[in-house]
Formats: sequence, C-alpha cells, structure tokens
Amino acid sequence: MLELLNPRDIARISPELVLVATFIIGLVMDLVLGKRGGKAVAVFSILGLVVAVFVDLLAGFLGDIFGGMIVRDNFAVFLQLLIVLAAAMTLLISIWTSEVSDKPTAGHREYYLMVVAATIGMFFLVGSNNLLMLYLSMELLSLPSYLLVGWLKRSRKSTEAGIKYIVYGAGASCSMIYGISLLYGLSGSLYFDKIQIFVATIGSKPDLPAATFILAVLFTSAGFFFKVAAFPFFQWAPDVYEGAPTPITAFLAVGSKAAGMGAMLRFIFVCLAKRDPGNMDVFTALGSVDWPLFIAIISAVTMTVGNFMALIQTNAKRLLAYSSIAHAGYMLMGIPVLSLLGLQAVLFYLVVYLIMNLGAFLSIIVLENRGISPEIKNYRGLGARAPAIAVAFSIFLFSLVGIPPFAGFIGKVYLFAALIKANWYWLAVIGVLNSVVSLYYYAGIVRRMFLEKTIEEAQIEPVPFLRMILWLLAIPTILLGVYWAPVMKMAHIAAYSLGLPK
Amino acid sequence: MQTSSNILSWITFTPLIGAAVILLVPRGREDLMRWMAVLATGITLALTIVMLGMYDKADPGITQFQFVVQKDWIKSFNIQYFMGVDGLSVPLVILTGLLSFLCIFASWGIERWVKAYMSLFLLLETGMLGVFCSLDMFLFYVFWEVMLLPMYFLIGIWGGPRREYAAIKFFLYTLFGSVLMLLGILALYFASEPHTFSLPQLILTRAQWAKPLLGLAFFWKIVFIAFFIGFAIKVPIFPFHTWLPDAHVEAPTAISVILAGVLLKMGTYGILRMNYPLFPDEAHWFSWFLALLGVINIIYGSLCAMAQSDLKKLVAYSSVGHMGFCLIGMAAMTSQGLHGAVLQMWNHGIITGMLFLLVGVVYDRAHHRDIDGFGGLATKMPIYAGVVSLAFMASLGLPGLAGFISEALCFLGMWPIYPVFTAIAVSGVVLGAAYFLWSYQRIFFGPLNEKYENITDINDRELFTLIPLAILAVFVGVYPAPVLSWMTATLNHLQQILGVTVGI
Repeated sequence: MLELLNPRDIARISPELVLVATFIIGLVMDLVLGKRGGKAVAVFSILGLVVAVFVDLLAGFLGDIFGGMIVRDNFAVFLQLLIVLAAAMTLLISIWTSEVSDKPTAGHREYYLMVVAATIGMFFLVGSNNLLMLYLSMELLSLPSYLLVGWLKRSRKSTEAGIKYIVYGAGASCSMIYGISLLYGLSGSLYFDKIQIFVATIGSKPDLPAATFILAVLFTSAGFFFKVAAFPFFQWAPDVYEGAPTPITAFLAVGSKAAGMGAMLRFIFVCLAKRDPGNMDVFTALGSVDWPLFIAIISAVTMTVGNFMALIQTNAKRLLAYSSIAHAGYMLMGIPVLSLLGLQAVLFYLVVYLIMNLGAFLSIIVLENRGISPEIKNYRGLGARAPAIAVAFSIFLFSLVGIPPFAGFIGKVYLFAALIKANWYWLAVIGVLNSVVSLYYYAGIVRRMFLEKTIEEAQIEPVPFLRMILWLLAIPTILLGVYWAPVMKMAHIAAYSLGLPK
Repeated sequence: MQTSSNILSWITFTPLIGAAVILLVPRGREDLMRWMAVLATGITLALTIVMLGMYDKADPGITQFQFVVQKDWIKSFNIQYFMGVDGLSVPLVILTGLLSFLCIFASWGIERWVKAYMSLFLLLETGMLGVFCSLDMFLFYVFWEVMLLPMYFLIGIWGGPRREYAAIKFFLYTLFGSVLMLLGILALYFASEPHTFSLPQLILTRAQWAKPLLGLAFFWKIVFIAFFIGFAIKVPIFPFHTWLPDAHVEAPTAISVILAGVLLKMGTYGILRMNYPLFPDEAHWFSWFLALLGVINIIYGSLCAMAQSDLKKLVAYSSVGHMGFCLIGMAAMTSQGLHGAVLQMWNHGIITGMLFLLVGVVYDRAHHRDIDGFGGLATKMPIYAGVVSLAFMASLGLPGLAGFISEALCFLGMWPIYPVFTAIAVSGVVLGAAYFLWSYQRIFFGPLNEKYENITDINDRELFTLIPLAILAVFVGVYPAPVLSWMTATLNHLQQILGVTVGI
C-alpha cells in the first residue's frame, strides 16, 4: 500500500531537511548581514553540512521512505557521506579562493548556498528509487550547478561554460525524461523494483517491441552518462571545467560525478539486474540485450578517448577534465562484471578519486591564488619555487596514474581484480594500457615542476590554511595506499545493501 | 628449515627510516645529510652481512625460506606482509646493500637539492631490497613499482642534457611491462583456491590451479608471457632494450651504477623467482626462445657497444650483452647454466658498477665521454688506467677475474642443450674483448691530448668506492666457491621443480 503521506517519513528525511533549513537560514543571514556576512554564510553552510552528516549517521533509519520513492540504505548513506565531504571541501576551499571571494562578483554569498542546494539534490539523487524522483533530484542538482559554473560574471570563459553546461544539460535531461516516459509506458511503473519485474519477464513477451525497450534504456542512461561525463556525452566537460571557478570544477568532478555514478549504479543494479538468490555476491543481468557488454564498450571508449585527448592538453584544468572523463571510464569497468566485488571496487574508487582529484584541483587553486594561471607551461620550476605545493601536487598526480604506494593504485587494483575474477580480460587489458598512457600526461606536469629549471626565482608561499587542506588530502592519499581495509569494509557494506531482495 | 626473524624488515626499511631522518635535517647542512645517508646505507649493509652470517646454505629455498616474516596486511583480500630469502635472493640483497653504500660516496659531488637526492636514493634502496625479499606477489608488485618514482626523479632532476626524455621513457617502458604483470598476478590469485598471493603457496599448489581457463589450453602461456615481458623490459631483453642506453647515459653516475648493478638483475631475478617455478611447463616450452633472445642480446649488444663513441653508452650496451649470458644460462636449465646465470647477475653488478664509477671519474674531470676525445691519459692518470684495465678485463671475461667464471659456467651449461647457440654466443666474448681493448687503447695510449695536460689522477674517495668492488672481482675470479655455495641448494630445488635432472 502506498503511504505517500506518512508523517513519520518527514522525520526520516531529516538529513535533507537539515540541508534545506541551512539553505533557507543562510539566505536570511545573507539578507540580514549584507556584505559583511560572506564568510559567516560560508561557515554556516559548512556547519549545516556537518550536522546533516551526523543526522544521517545517527538517525539510523534505513528503509523505504515515502512509499518507496526514496530508499535510505547503506549504499545511499555511503554516497551521502562522500557528497558532504566533497561539498564541505568545496566550500572550505572557496573561502580562500581569490577567484571566488575577492573579485567583485555580485552577491557571492549565494554561491555557498548554491553548493548547499546542489547537495540537497545529490542527497535525494543517490536515494531515489523511483524514476520521477530520480529525474527531479537530477534537476535539483543541475540547476544550481549551471549557476555556479557561470558564476564569474566578468569572465567570458565562465559565462560561456555556464551556457554550454545548460544547453548540454538540457539536452541530456530531455533525453532522459523521454527515456523515462518510454520505460513507464512499457512497464507501467516508475518504481525501480516494479521495473525490474518487467525487465525480468521481457524475454517471455514476444509481442513487446524490444527496440522500444532498448531505446528507453539508452535515452535514460544518457542522463547518467552526462552527469559522470562518459562517452558519448562528455564533450561539455573540458569547456565547463576550464571556464568554471576552480572550486566548482572540483565539485563537479568529484561530487556531481559521485552522485551521478551512485544513481546510475542503483538504476542498473536494481532495474536491469537482479541479485542471485543462491549467491549473494553476484547479480544476473536482466532484459533481452547484452547490456553489460554495452557498458563495457562505453567504459573502454570513455577511458581511451579521455586519456588520448588529455595527452594534447596545455591547460591543467582541461587536462584534469579529460582525466576525469578517463576516470569515469575506469569506474564503469566495475559495472559489467555484475558482482559485489565490482560494485565495491567502484565505490572505493569514488572515495579515492574524490580525495586525489580534490587535491589536484586544490593545487591548481593554490597556484592560481598566487597569480599562476593553470597553463601547464607556467608550472615550470615550481619544484624550486614552491616545494610543498609541488610535492603534494605530484602525489595527487601519481596517485591518479595509479602507482603505489598511493591510493589510486589500490582503487585500480580492485577494479582490475573484479574484472579478472569475472574473466573480463579484454577490458582489464585496455584498462591497464590506459593507465600507462595516462602516466605520460600526468608526469608531464611533474616534469614541468621538477625537471625543468625555473625562470623566476621568487618563492611562492601558499595561503597557510589552503596548505593545511592540501596536506589533509595528501596524507590520506598515501595512507589509503598502504592500509585501506576500513574504507574497503565500508564500501563493501554499502555495496552489499544495494538491490537486496525485499 | 623455515626460520623466522625480523632482520629482513630491518634491512628493507632502514633506508626508509634514513630517508625520513634526512628530511628533518635543516637546509644548509648538506654534509650532515650525506653522512646520514652513509649511516643508513652502512647499517643496511652491515645488516645484510649479519644476515649472511646466519644464513643456512643447505636450505632448499624456492618454496621454503629463511628469516621469514609473515603477517596479515589486508585480510579480506588475503594480502600478506610476507618476506623471506633463499639462495636466489641472498646474493642480490648483499649486492644491493654494497652498491647502495658505495653509491652514496659516488654521489658526494651532487650539489643540487642534496636532501631530495639522498631521500629519493634511500627510498629507491628500500624498493630494491623489498623486491628481493618479498614473497607475497602483491607486496612484490608494490615494491617493484615504488622504485619507479625515485628512479624517475633521480634521472630526471640530476641527469644529463636529455634527462627528461630518458626519465619518462624509462618510466613508461617499465610501467607498461609491470601492468601486464599485475593482471597476471590477479589471474593467479583468482585461479588458486583459497585465493592467495603467497608465492610459495602458489608454487606448491600448482597442480590444482594450472588448468585451462576461458576454454584456452594455452591460457597460462599467456600469463607466463605477461610476466616475462614485465621482467624482460627490466633486464632488458631485445627488443625491449631501447630505454636502457638513454637512461644509463643520462643518469648521474651513482644512479647508472644502481640501474646496471641492481635494477637489471630484477628482471632476471623475477624470471627465476616467478616464471620458472610457477610455470615450469611453460618455461620448458619457452626455453629455446629465451636462449635465442639471449644470443641476440649478446651479439646485438656487443655490436652496438662497438659502434659507440660515448664511453658511457658503450658500457650501457655492454650490459645488454652481458645480461644475455645470464639468459642463455637460465634457458639451459642445467645446474651449471643456472649457477652461471645467478653468478653472472652478481658479477655483472660488481663489474658494471665499477665501469660506471670509472666513467664518472673521467667525466668529472674532462666533462665529456667521447672515447676519441681523450688519448694518452695513461701517462697522467696511471692509477686510474690500472683500475680501468682491471675492470675492462673482468668485464670482457679474462680468466682469473669474476666475469670469466660466470660466463664460462653459462657456456658449459648451455653447450649440451643448445650447441649451435653456444657457438654463436661465444663469439660475443670476442666482440667484448674487441670493443673494450679498442676503447682502452684510444683513451689511454697514444700521444697525450694536450687539453689534459693538467688532469689529476683518481682521488681517495673515488678509490674507496672502487677498491671493494675490485677486490670482489678478483676474489670471485680466483675462488668462486663461497658465492656459488650460497645458491647451490636453491638452484637444485629449482631444477627439481622444473623437472630436470638435478645437479647436471
């Protein structure tokens, strides 16, 4: 029975409500405090995010909310933790980013609240168990993101990026809603579990147009592919990443991607696959098409395109944009194996990727703050001028390549392990060869910093606070490469809760 | 008997502790940093010698190790911190300890970023020792890769004019080789039941996991080749050798010594440690091809060496040739061949170490390495000329010096199995003599080049780095029995696993 208006459900979404309250109170604060209130609003927003996490963890409610529209399982909570981490880091970094906080950007206090608004969207997104809910949360995430990307009014690149993001985003979301309507028409339901029942029986209904089903899934996945920047919906990423304020680029690259990946995983593993009752470690693909192979091909193409395009970049932000496309490809490798190991590898990779990629973008920001724009040629000789930043930056870059003893290596090992276990050798070989290719461009930045002699001698002193955050990200990048069992355990618990039969 | 002890952990991580301490030394105290590095490598060397003193030569090795440490690292994935040594790794651990210690002295002239140099060098030493000591394949892989980072920076920052190119080329080649190996390791892990990365356990349970996979009867041959390529790039085996001349030539002297003396051995060590005992059938299937590659290495490497005008490049290509002797000895799988191969790894480390140090000595004075650009140096640098002649003779295989023993053993071991290959390979010795003697003549004899009127002879610090190696080169050449005795039991066991008649 549908209990759409169960009053207890209101209490069950308390983490989201905390965020909504933060958003509203923040707006009021902004009105009251005026221009003096910039940092106060930011700090308040961070506080709101932290409280939301505590409520999320301590409220302890797991189960269906609003009659199954939303599910709060360990999978959702895990991703919500990640999202808050990304959002809080973005806000913290933004406070000290001159691009955002110094320039005469009108009303920059709303900037922080927009991040909170996007976070609300992500919270709902990773728990959505209903296509309509999914679509709405996706939009709730997208709208503030569009604004944030175009935030720097006087920067042509930022404005252009904002427009591009809206246009591409609108296209993707149209296509997604069309796919959703097709799925609804076919299955008669918007709920994931009901769709699963329909997909499972699709083979036994010869009168059902198989092509329509394929189209429905393709159109729906366009929305996901757009959010995680996977082939063929990745073209927006380089321009948007380059033009957006750098903290927002980082937010899109880690937060938005994690949320999109989470929603996609739930859609795939609940609608298109079913847990094997005999062996809880594996899933069975449903439907009449070999969609795991399709995802595998998308994954291979995504990482290859991302890596090869990154080879020719001269701007560090663009380079990281292509690298984030490549990493979306790596993460997708964990899906076609349809196993718990693959799923947990993706989740673990999201954690690692969040830390190292945030670190890489933060390094760029620290340098930007000191007037070094993200053209890679400007990084020449930084090893001598700013040793601390250069060393931390190199740690993040080598971790992105996937070299021990850094966390990125462990993330990749688990993805490859999942593939090897399920005998997907061809994809694993493409994956490792891509890692080798990626070494060239990541090491290209390191080469500039350490191997080339400096032209200028002046030392660069980072903002002390940002330097602290830089090491706060570099240390776990090393630690997780040496001992990762606790985080892996969390990823395992999160993965295990996905798609458990009711 | 399997013995346990913590000495291997201390050997492996003492350099790392040294690196951490050096990072704390304040700027401007460069000499203190250097002495800290001497201390760290010195303690490590002392520990390796202590270990040798406790080492039991009669132990069979390969599946049964000494000084074993075995602890859970990541339990859910059955990854262990698992270290141990046997007759295969002991010579290499000692070689690593010795060369690293001497190389700190050879690095005394480094002025730029001493702190970073010494820390990276010590990190590199930890990586190298870890590779030789680890028995868990995951741990092995981590150490194997950890070395790449310091090596990249050591070549890239302190190297010669084309250092950037050489550094990234080295990095890309080695990473390419090792990622395929990673997939091989994972394939072994999932094929074994219960899943394990433990090398001895995988060797012992071979019968249970070595079955066709994916419907491919030759599946494990592919894995064998994946491992082999990873190791072949390190050796380097033709056609994967092109990174070597670049890296060796551009690297600073001490790093060239480490590259040639230790890193190349990791390739051959890996083949003997992993490919042979894990895949004995595949090893037999592959052996004639390995012999062929060895012969190509010898002939091609020697011919290339002959064509060089840069002294360092000549030594680099001579390494390609000399590692070829190792390969043919291994390919034969006879007792003499295997003994020859392992002894050649040790000898080549010592002799090529000397050669690179000697090239460094003359380069520091003349600031070039063009063989034709010297002439008549023997009159001005008599001691130097003497040491060079010793090193050249040892390298070209003059009886009474170390190189001869191991090369002769390789040939003796190979002769009954591949007579034709042996005949071709022996000509490599002649080529080796040709290029070494020819360049010796051009550098030291003839009229003195006037530019070097005031060149000074080798100094005490440089002599100090060379004398231990020279003594070993002579000692092993005259009396190789002690070094050979470390490995006999292990190599016998390896032959047993390979299914060939033990002791022949």
